[in-house]
Amino acid sequence: MIGGLFIYNHKGEVLISRVYRDDIGRNAVDAFRVNVIHARQQVRSPVTNIARTSFFHVKRSNIWLAAVTKQNVNAAMVFEFLYKMCDVMTAYFGKISEENIKNNFVLIYELLDEILDFGYPQNSETGALKTFITQQGIKSQTKEEQSQITSQVTGQIGWRREGIKYRRNELFLDVLESVNLLMSPQGQVLSAHVSGRVVMKSYLSGMPECKFGMNDKIVIDKQGKGGTADDAGKSGKQSIAIDDCTFHQCVRLSKFDSERSISFIPPDGEYELMRYRTTKDIILPFRVIPLVREVGRTKLEVKVVIKSNFKPSLLAQKIEVRIPTPLNTSGVQVICMKGKAKYKASENAIVWKIKRMAGMKESQISAEIELLPTNDKKKWARPPISMNFEVPFAPSGLKVRYLKVFEPKLNYSDHDVIKWVRYIGRSGIYETRC
Amino acid sequence: MPAVSKGDGMRGLAVFISDIRNCKSKEAEIKRINKELANIRSKFKGDKALDGYSKKKYVCKLLFIFLLGHDIDFGHMEAVNLLSSNKYTEKQIGYLFISVLVNSNSELIRLINNAIKNDLASRNPTFMCLALHCIANVGSREMAEAFAGEIPRILVAGDTMDSVKQSAALCLLRLYKTSPDLVLMGEWTSRVVHLLNDQHMGVVTAAISLITCLSQKNPDEFKTCVSLAVSRLSRIVSSASTDLQDYTYYFVPAPWLSCKLLRLLQCYPPPEDGAVKGRLVECLETILNKAQEPPKSKKVQHSNAKNAILFEAISLIIHYDSEPNLLVRACNQLGQFLQHRETNLRYLALESMCTLASSEFSHEAVKTHIETVINALKTERDVSVRQRAADLLYAMCDRSNAKQIVAEMLSYLETADYSIREEMVLKVAILAEKYAVDYSWYVDTILNLIRIAGDYVSEEVWYRVIQIVINRDDVQGYAAKTVFEALQAPACHENMVKVGGYILGEFGNLIAGDPRSSPLVQFNLLHSKFHLCSVPTRALLLSAYIKFINLFPETKATIQEVLRCDSQIRNSDVELQQRAVEYLKLSSIASTDVLATVLEEMPPFPERESSILAKLKKKKGPGAVSVSDLDEGKRDGGGELNGAGERGPESSVVSTPSPSADLLGLRSAPPVGSAAQGAGSLLVDVFSEAGPLAPASGVNDDGFLSSEDSAPPLPESDDPPCGPVPFQSFRFVCKNNGVLFENQLLQIGIKSEYRQNLGRMYLFYGNKTSVQFVNFTSTVSCPGDLQSHILCTPTKPVDPLVEGGAQLQQVLNIECLSDFSDAPLLNIRFRYGGALQNLTLKLPLTINKFFQPTEMGSQDFFQRWKQLSLPQQEAQKIFKANHSMDKEVLKAKLLGLGMALLENVDPNPENFVCAGVVQTKAQQVGCLLRLEPNIQAQMYRLTLRSSKDTVSKRLCDLLAEQF
Repeated sequence: MIGGLFIYNHKGEVLISRVYRDDIGRNAVDAFRVNVIHARQQVRSPVTNIARTSFFHVKRSNIWLAAVTKQNVNAAMVFEFLYKMCDVMTAYFGKISEENIKNNFVLIYELLDEILDFGYPQNSETGALKTFITQQGIKSQTKEEQSQITSQVTGQIGWRREGIKYRRNELFLDVLESVNLLMSPQGQVLSAHVSGRVVMKSYLSGMPECKFGMNDKIVIDKQGKGGTADDAGKSGKQSIAIDDCTFHQCVRLSKFDSERSISFIPPDGEYELMRYRTTKDIILPFRVIPLVREVGRTKLEVKVVIKSNFKPSLLAQKIEVRIPTPLNTSGVQVICMKGKAKYKASENAIVWKIKRMAGMKESQISAEIELLPTNDKKKWARPPISMNFEVPFAPSGLKVRYLKVFEPKLNYSDHDVIKWVRYIGRSGIYETRC
Repeated sequence: MPAVSKGDGMRGLAVFISDIRNCKSKEAEIKRINKELANIRSKFKGDKALDGYSKKKYVCKLLFIFLLGHDIDFGHMEAVNLLSSNKYTEKQIGYLFISVLVNSNSELIRLINNAIKNDLASRNPTFMCLALHCIANVGSREMAEAFAGEIPRILVAGDTMDSVKQSAALCLLRLYKTSPDLVLMGEWTSRVVHLLNDQHMGVVTAAISLITCLSQKNPDEFKTCVSLAVSRLSRIVSSASTDLQDYTYYFVPAPWLSCKLLRLLQCYPPPEDGAVKGRLVECLETILNKAQEPPKSKKVQHSNAKNAILFEAISLIIHYDSEPNLLVRACNQLGQFLQHRETNLRYLALESMCTLASSEFSHEAVKTHIETVINALKTERDVSVRQRAADLLYAMCDRSNAKQIVAEMLSYLETADYSIREEMVLKVAILAEKYAVDYSWYVDTILNLIRIAGDYVSEEVWYRVIQIVINRDDVQGYAAKTVFEALQAPACHENMVKVGGYILGEFGNLIAGDPRSSPLVQFNLLHSKFHLCSVPTRALLLSAYIKFINLFPETKATIQEVLRCDSQIRNSDVELQQRAVEYLKLSSIASTDVLATVLEEMPPFPERESSILAKLKKKKGPGAVSVSDLDEGKRDGGGELNGAGERGPESSVVSTPSPSADLLGLRSAPPVGSAAQGAGSLLVDVFSEAGPLAPASGVNDDGFLSSEDSAPPLPESDDPPCGPVPFQSFRFVCKNNGVLFENQLLQIGIKSEYRQNLGRMYLFYGNKTSVQFVNFTSTVSCPGDLQSHILCTPTKPVDPLVEGGAQLQQVLNIECLSDFSDAPLLNIRFRYGGALQNLTLKLPLTINKFFQPTEMGSQDFFQRWKQLSLPQQEAQKIFKANHSMDKEVLKAKLLGLGMALLENVDPNPENFVCAGVVQTKAQQVGCLLRLEPNIQAQMYRLTLRSSKDTVSKRLCDLLAEQF
């Protein structure tokens, strides 16, 4: 049970303060500012306990959101709520910034009243919220509209209202993945995992029933039993093992449990259908090969090769390699074959940027780093080389097999719906030790 | 000092600092700093040499970054280069960087020292000052090693500028404080003293700080400063406020200097030279007079400066403690402050008065303010001021106002702050005891105390009540009655139950005549509290019950019923169960005679320093009257309370223990013997509280003897080859219990008893650490042929493990075969955290322990004296007194020796004669002693005659150390 919720700007000034329970006093606001925002050491833990009060915070650019409680709450629930809160705010007024928050503070208080009641999270579905919390001032609603909102919000399908009509029934499906890697200098994978999301944007009329299918190993194997051995072997290659997944509330979990089929009545507009995580058979889009040589006490030679490891027809974008430099660097000379490289003193790193790169290619950078001799005997810790990129496929190997739409009441069928599928693989923490 | 021109300001630095200040977040700040660091690194690395200005600028930036909390690991070399610049600003920045950032280990120290040396030799006063400031700021040992010789030279050189002298004095002070061994006294010391006469007031102020510090360590070398200080002080005090120009602070001439001068004078006794003293007294009078003048300014700084001088002057007056006139004036002045508006002044006044109260001259004057102080105790809003008021009340208390003060303190106690309650309780308890004229008042007060603040009444307080009640038979009846009444309250504190149980158990018979407090009523009253009490109290109550059986046979059946019930006889606590079983058996088996002997009334306690006083000393609240004063007071008050005859410092000596005391305390026999080290053995605790079980009081109880620590060691204690730890075995000649040895790890307590030629010694090994000792062994060996004289055998080997904080007991059986002079050795080995500890001690076993006192008349004595007239039978010594020659003290010591002190035997009443028989297995050696003190010459003549020459010799040696 959340006792209160505060939003601060980067200076620690309170922008929004909403207290839900009596056990949270006014001094809690200052306690968080003093102990976390203005702390001498940077506070890394998202949960801070000050004088028996727990503060859970997330930071969006320069804005701090902190949920406060004196009770022993489920921390995961609180963070889920905070992230949801960010989503809702983004959906209402775009980027979360100090100015936007100041401009919309009446709206935010209205939202906070709705999505949190006496500290218990309530319906935070943007689509539903938008039906009765609007930015256009007070629009007098008729009795019917009001009763409709009530029945919809309290009814079985709280996330979709009835009577939606579109001329064109259209739906967009995005598979967004971020791949995380830690690799040893010799090229051994120390840890790797992919966390992915399936995001859907639907513009469908009526109350359609949807069914989503992907190359989940369990489903494929089950089907494989019924089919031929050849079929099973073929599909087994392409199926993926999902470690864990969570669904949007619209998905019928009982059906997933019994048949492992994902069926649901979608909300209108954009939402996140599922989240998942895989650790096996990950396609690593890039391989980084570092070579660091210390020449005496005042010089360091660094050579880094990157190799792209996917179909040559695909193009990776926004590639950025970050090579950390020692703290006593006094000068850097860089030569690279492709893209642009620059020594950024403020970040103590060489940043090498490449706009585009096709699969099965290789590129190289070499740098000479001059060092200032120091009387400090501490050795340089050699932080890992990190990398950012974006590739047009799913590194986990996930494939959408089908997305079927049934609307028995209205006269459109599955074939009339226009469907779009897109895969985007991004780097998470993608590091190679050197 | 060269002025900093406008163009010299560093623009780059200003821009950088404003950038940092404008950073929106911490991350942005770190980014900016990283960028700047990279820039500076590339600049320092660059091939072309930097000019002084940019070097200064970058070093400055580095310093700023460091002060923001980031590590700086370069730029030291550049800073050192700046030191050799000729520009003031560059040098200054260089020194600044070095004093903030350079740590002692770096190899740069040599370069830095070199630069400093150059500056010191440069004759440019600004540079010299910079160098001196740097030395003082760093103040490391290396610096001291390099410059400790140089700075005194600069300080006393004739041609040094005033500002440099000032810096040099302060720099030397700093070096002296960090490494006093490196600053050697020399011929400069006398010249430093003459700096007090310097023209420049700044130099005097700086020098006086140095002199004060130095003279605290070597008072003799700086003796001459007293007269100089006095003349300086008188010049300042008598000057008009305009004379000193720069050094006049809000119309007060040189307040800092005056305070320092007065403080310096407090390091020395009053000047002997009459003229100097007269001048000083005049000064002090002027200061006191000035306090009466109307203020020249309304500003708070003016009154602060004035009062600072005044308070220093008063502390000096108190320090001298020889001018009654001044003391009384000071007291009156403080009295005015007591009612001042300013809380700080009231606090200071109370604090100073506390010390004034202990002076004989001003004690009476302090007493006149009693009403104000009591008022302060009640109404002050600040707890620290109230605490001071309580201290002062304690200090000013004497017989005339004790009742009032104790009553006030008691009434305040009900509302007192929790933090000072325990101390208040102790103070009330001490005052009540010290100034008690009638015991019923004392008993009332203490019982009231327990009623009001039971939780804060420590064990010592109620032990003390019981000791006093038992020793004074005229209060026993009253105490029993009062306790009985107090116990009737529905809720009483456990301490009250303890006192009640003990006193009713001993003296319940004195009030049994009254039908309202018949034995059964008494018992029922006590038993109604039983179930609410903790285990130790229950144990005490059980002992009280068995005593009831003895006192009132009619209660026997009831009490046996209680003891027999399951909750007692099957109690899960071993102590309670054992008591219940044993008492039940005792009451049913033993005949009334045996019962009466076993459960006899407790014998009077040997007189000792009040355990409460010891406790207060341990607490030693700030501002408490110094310990010696308390002792003094104790000597006045204690005597009348407890009868001078019994008083003596040899507290733990039990003179001829009566059987019941023996049963309850020393022999490990039932019923309570097994409890000898348990927490539940309250009876024993009260009895043997000065023994090793209570180390604090064990150490303190021989406050008298502790002064012997500086006495020469025993002549015959030729260290055996294994080199035992030297200890003052003579401390134990006249007493049987105490702490034998103590260091950081281990404490060894000792308790011993002797009968005829046999003895038993209890050794208590206390582990003072929190870590266990392993492989703990202790062996007793008799070096040489000692074995044929004395047998010393442990009853069983000690447990090899001693847990942290635990105590181990070992029992030695001792048999004296024939007379001996050396003592057995106790060897202790154990491992503490891996390190082997080895310890050898001499056991405090001397021949006089086996004395059997012999009473005889005058005629008898002199007849025997003549029989032992052979020259080898007599041993005589004439020696100077090492300790007080007080008659009572001597008496107590001789009693502790074990011989019978014969009264009215010697024709001269000043002399002491004693007689006794040394019991050994082989023979009995009769022994006569005569001690003739000569008070005027502070000498003694000690004569011993015995039938065996070695015994006379040995005893004579032993005893000569004692007086």
